[in-house]
Amino acid sequence: MMATKDIIISVNELVKKFGQFVANDHLNFEVYKGEIFGFLGANGAGKTTAIKILCGLSAPTSGQIKVAGFDVYTETNKIKRNIGYMSQKFSMYEDLTVAENFRFYGGIYGLNKKQIQDKTKLLLSRLQLWEQRNKVISAIPLGWRQKLAFSVAIMHDPKVVFLDEPTGGVDPVTRRQFWEMIYETAHSGITVFVTTHYMDEAEYCDRVSIMVDGKISALDSPQKLKIAYHASSMDEVFLKLARN
Amino acid sequence: MSELSVVVTDLCRKYDEVLALDQVNVSVKGGELFGFIGPDGAGKTSLFRILTTLLLPHSGAATIEGLDVVKNYKKIRNIIGYMPGRFSLYQDLSVEENLTFFASIFNTTSKQNYHLIKDIYKQIEPFKDRPAGKLSGGMKQKLALSCALIHKPKVLFLDEPTTGVDAVSRKEFWEMLKNLQSYGISIIVSTPYMDEAGLCDRVALIQKGKILEIDSPENIRLKYPYQLLAIRSDNMYDIVNDLNTNPKVISANRFGDQVHVSYNKTEVSPAEIKSFLEQKNHHIEHIGSIKANIEDCFMALMND
Repeated sequence: MMATKDIIISVNELVKKFGQFVANDHLNFEVYKGEIFGFLGANGAGKTTAIKILCGLSAPTSGQIKVAGFDVYTETNKIKRNIGYMSQKFSMYEDLTVAENFRFYGGIYGLNKKQIQDKTKLLLSRLQLWEQRNKVISAIPLGWRQKLAFSVAIMHDPKVVFLDEPTGGVDPVTRRQFWEMIYETAHSGITVFVTTHYMDEAEYCDRVSIMVDGKISALDSPQKLKIAYHASSMDEVFLKLARN
Repeated sequence: MSELSVVVTDLCRKYDEVLALDQVNVSVKGGELFGFIGPDGAGKTSLFRILTTLLLPHSGAATIEGLDVVKNYKKIRNIIGYMPGRFSLYQDLSVEENLTFFASIFNTTSKQNYHLIKDIYKQIEPFKDRPAGKLSGGMKQKLALSCALIHKPKVLFLDEPTTGVDAVSRKEFWEMLKNLQSYGISIIVSTPYMDEAGLCDRVALIQKGKILEIDSPENIRLKYPYQLLAIRSDNMYDIVNDLNTNPKVISANRFGDQVHVSYNKTEVSPAEIKSFLEQKNHHIEHIGSIKANIEDCFMALMND
């Protein structure tokens, strides 16, 4: 892996409160260029809250946080232009064609016509879906839609792409093809920040953080975490941490 | 009472030209914990909606406790519980109001069958005055399960109850289901998580509207048609790609920190695979024969 030490995300003492409830309790971590960073935790541990802050969609209560070099308090528009985002729930417009979705998102990310055309051709050819470009999304099999959604999320060459449970409900073959896309993306220098409930996928990350009750309880490479927690798999590490 | 709780015969359902269910045949025994395992778009929800009398089949037949899903739909609705994939309780009613409402439409009270839901409901009881829409995901799930059980159904249908749920909560949910089984309720669950198959008495693997296999998880694993090696090396990304270039290797798929390599022993030996990798300068940390898991089996069946 070509995880160099250029810092793409820096989080310093991040706190987010909703009334009395502390959703993010003094988070501290860094994510590097070209790294696959797994962001794990139980439901309600505070992952979504933190991701919203990193994407510039929600302001923290306190702390110093920079994403792609920009401040989450004052430069949210610059952050949004330099990140990609994809989730299982929100991906592409079903009644638009494949090419129309690329044109739409390309436009939103500020690419010009030529750039959109070039990127659309490059990314669709890579997926061997160029011939399908005029089909509406609803006619594309579900597994392929996830791959298309990922391609759209990186068409503007963001510094970091956030993938929120990108493989939920995907068949086991497509799930592995999707991870190959993640590797290639990270290898090209785009940082991948990913959440998943599949613990085998946690093993595919360069480093993994595990959130429990608003705090980061562990952060390291899967291999080091397994040694530290005397576990044979990340599933076991997760169980030990989340069930105390 | 018939010994078979659910019988599905040659069931088909289309949406426009897409066959969502393609000649499905399956039966579930009384008191069984039965799983439909498959990805999104496999047809799980269509099948559940037909079995719960919410959708009509285009051909074929299905019975629940001997009752036909088309002709006897009213009777079926009294004896089944259904927890759909999407949260479908009344968001603006409180926890307690939802439970009372579902009990009353089945002409019962929340007290009468309280023993069934006690273990589950007591976890959300501290929040009984909170609107259902304001509950966390895990609590919503427990309330939905309580509401689906309050009339003591003979058959319980749970459509993807653990999708999007973290690994710890998923384990807890399956423990709840095992407890319910002791009351003699037939439980039919669907899930995209292959690792949950092992928790069922029997499973149907389903893909693109077709049943690939029906059996106990153990028997499905025994039927795996190839030999399997698990290998760990210092460069997992390249090792998978290199293995896939070897024509004697049937498949190479990553599973966590290992790669599972399937092969025919008449074609190639583990020693040959090992030396093939060493020639490509892979540093092998571990290599050994293993038994297939359900996901290995599913992938082999997908490719048939």
